[in-house]
Order: sequence, then C-alpha cells, then structure tokens
Amino acid sequence: MEQFNNRNVSNEYFLVDIEDYPTDGWGKFKRVVKRTFRAELFVGLWVVLREMVKFDIHTVSYPEEKMPIGPRYRAVHEMKRLWESDAERCIGCGLCEKICISNCIRMDTKIDAESRKEVSEYTINLGRCIYCGYCAEVCPELAITHGGEYENASDQREHFIDFKTMLTPLETMKAGTQLEFEGFGAITPHEDERVKKTPLAY
Amino acid sequence: METAYLIETIIKIVVVLLVFSALAGIGTYFERKVLAFMQRRLGPMNVGPYGLLQVAADGVKLFTKEDVIPQNVVAPIFKIAPVITAATAFMAAAAIPFLPQFTIFGYTVHPIVADINIGILYILGVMGVGLYGPLLGGMASANKFSLISAARGAAVFISYEVVTGLSILAPIMMVGSLSLIDFNNYQAGGIGDWIIWTQPVAFVLFWIAAFAETGRTPFHLIANDHEIIDGFGTEYSGMRWGLFFIGEYANMFFMSFVIPLLFLGGFGDGSLLGALGLLGKMAFFFFFFLWTRAAWPDVRPDQLMWLCWKVLMPIAVLNILVTAIVLM
Repeated sequence: MEQFNNRNVSNEYFLVDIEDYPTDGWGKFKRVVKRTFRAELFVGLWVVLREMVKFDIHTVSYPEEKMPIGPRYRAVHEMKRLWESDAERCIGCGLCEKICISNCIRMDTKIDAESRKEVSEYTINLGRCIYCGYCAEVCPELAITHGGEYENASDQREHFIDFKTMLTPLETMKAGTQLEFEGFGAITPHEDERVKKTPLAY
Repeated sequence: METAYLIETIIKIVVVLLVFSALAGIGTYFERKVLAFMQRRLGPMNVGPYGLLQVAADGVKLFTKEDVIPQNVVAPIFKIAPVITAATAFMAAAAIPFLPQFTIFGYTVHPIVADINIGILYILGVMGVGLYGPLLGGMASANKFSLISAARGAAVFISYEVVTGLSILAPIMMVGSLSLIDFNNYQAGGIGDWIIWTQPVAFVLFWIAAFAETGRTPFHLIANDHEIIDGFGTEYSGMRWGLFFIGEYANMFFMSFVIPLLFLGGFGDGSLLGALGLLGKMAFFFFFFLWTRAAWPDVRPDQLMWLCWKVLMPIAVLNILVTAIVLM
C-alpha cells in the first residue's frame, strides 16, 4: 500500500527553492540590484520577438476554417432512419421525453391506420437543451442521436426543432451516407459477435 | 510677418495634423498586428486585405457612435478633456523637426512648424499639459474608476516629469541649447558624435520616462484595463474616446521622434540617408513601445513612484553632477 501512496514517481520532482525575504535595508538593496541586472526583462523581450519571427500562428480563422470535431461530439440532435426500409427508427416509446432532465423534449403519439404507434408531434427546445446526451443513451432504437452540427445561431433564442428537420433526409438514405452516432447509447464495435440467441427454452 | 511665411506655416500645420492623425490610426493597426504575431495570433484579417482597412472600419464606428454624456458628469469639463489630450499632443509637434530641410521646386522647406530656441522645453511643457486630459476627464466623469485613474495620473505625472526634466538636463548642458535643430547639428558628425555615447544614463532614463509620459505598458496604470476598466476613458464613447486614443498614439509617435533627435543623431547631416535614418530610428522606438506591451508586466502605481523618486531621480541628479564636473 505504501508504494501506491508515494506519488513521487519521477526523480525529476524537486522542491522549489524560495529565498527568504530580505529584512534589512541592505538586503533589500542587494535584491533590487540583483533583479535589475539579471536582465530578465530582456529575456521576455527575446521570447516574444522569437515567436514573432518564427510566425507559428495558431489562429483558426473560424468561418473559413473549422476544427475537426470528434464523432462522439454532442451537438444538435438528429433522428435516424432504418437502413433496410428508410422508415424512421423512432417507435414513440417516450423514454427520451421522460429522461430529459431539462424537460426540453415534447412528443405526441397516435395510432395510425395500420394500428401502429406513430409519432405525431416531436419537438426539442434547443434553448433549454443542455446537450447531456441522456436521450441518445436511453433510446432503445438508436433513433435520436446527437449530430455534429454546432452552428445553431438563430434570431430566436428558443429555437425549436421538430421531427421533420431532425430526420435524416431520404436523399441521404438513398446515397447510403447516413452516419451512425458513436457516442452515448451507440452499439459497441464487434457487437454482432457477442450477440447470443435469446434462450427460449425455459 | 510676410504672407508667404504665414501660408507656409499653415500648410505645415495642416500636413502635420493630417499625417499624424492618419499615423495614429495606422499605429493602432500596427499595434494589433505586432501584438498578435507575438502572441501567435493573426490579428485583424477580415476588413480589407490583411485587415488593412480595419482602421477605416474603426473610424466609421467611432464617428457614427452616439456621443453619450452621462447624467452626473460635469458636462463642460467632460466634453473638453479629450480635446486637451489630442490638442496638446499635436501642439507638441510644432517644435519637432521631422525631416531635414529639403528643396522642392526651388523653394527650401524646413519640415518644422516653428524652430523656437526653447524647443525641448516647449515640447516637454506642452506634453505635460496633456495630463489635464486624463486628470479632468477622470475627475469630471462621476465614476470611481475614472477618479482613481485621475488620481493615479496626477501622482504618476509628478513622478516621471521630474525624471524627464533632470535626465534631459545633462545633454542640454553639453549642447548649450534647447532647440532640437541645435541638438541635431551637435550630433551631425556621424555615429561617433551621438549623445548616447557620452550620456548613456540620460538616454536610458529619458526612455524610461517616455514610457510613463505616453502611458505605455510597463507604466500603463492610468488606464489599466484589468484593474480600473479604462480609467479616465470609462465613461467616454464615440469620437471623444477616439480623441483620447489619437492623442495617445500621436504622443507615442512624437516621443519616438524626440528620442532619436536628442540622443541618436536625429537626421544627421541632412542628407536623404540621414532622413531615412531618422524615420528608421523612429520606427524602432515606436516598435519598442508595442514590443514591451507584449513582453512586460505592468507595475503598480506605488512601484512606479518608488522607481521614479528613489531610483531614477538620484541617478539623474548624479548624472548631472558628473556631467557638470567633466564639462568644467
């Protein structure tokens, strides 16, 4: 146990040597002279001049250039479609509405002509959403996920988005370019190999 | 007084005003760019090529912004204060020879508005009057931070003005004149004649005091943004604030002219090379103002007063004594 408590894992750690403050006038005078002629100001001047000459600019000129964001990034929500039938994945179970801690999801369902449950109303109030990712995590069908679109400036603070705008467009489905979300609630890689048959013979 | 002289003087005044108002704007562009490069940023890039028109955009913004006079301010003083800063900065330029005299269309032009025989005294005096801008503006603003700034301005002013005056006294004793033209002619013989070699201490002291005079970074405590918002400029908006700004930058340019003229040979023998040399030296000193802003921390007001009264002033007095003994 003791070896774990010892945090000095490297020999390079050392205590900073802090000089005592001078107490008498002569000591203060010596400190002033030492600080004056140690030329630290010129070290500072050299450092900034070196950076200027090296011209190693770190600015990302944002609207033209954008930083790559990770696939797990949680930005504005998306509704996915089924790969096989292009039908929407959402089954209207209402779990996302239930788990949403900022109460920004509202949904209404109805029974459609084929007596299947269908989502009739679905809105997310982006003004309230805190992008926690619980809805994506709780969704049993991987239907609601987060996307990578973070530019959602709008002239209205409470900018509702509805089911239609979140759904993957059919053209994207035809092109086969719908991207699966890799963040909360996503299927882990090689999940197929670990799936077992449901034991029915109880 | 003949008419030709009057017309010439008026033209010179207009040229100086226009050139240095424009330079003050371009100075802000250079400051942003230099500071940005030193901090690995790009600086203004979007308005015009490489952000060159940023100055124009800022100008449009300043001119069209509402001129707010807050409720409890002393309105006449509040209104006149920025004018004092800008006006005194440009008035100081009257005694500065910006270039050697040159002949154009057979007419000899002296690029100095008035070669008065007390040039340097006049420049320091008028720049000293410039303090009334921050002082009155800060006191009239009915704002705590502005008031602190005004108090700091007065305290700092007394401190650095002593150093400026005393440090310049030794070179004046050597040259025997207060005119900047005489200073220049004294050093006209070449690099070996520059006063900096005989008066290095005075040069360093004057340079340090110039930073306090213009309120640039190591001594940027009159309008220290991170402590007292913008100090005396807190309540100002639009072009009144812009006048403070123009005054500050014009002051920087004029100090960058005065330092080489006093200590680094000025425009030398008056040739084209000498004129370019003066502009080069001016550019270096202006760049140094920006350079220190990127590199150095600010000092506290008490530290600046300690520095001026307990360190720089004794050194300046010693320098005068030594110079006097050597001259005897």
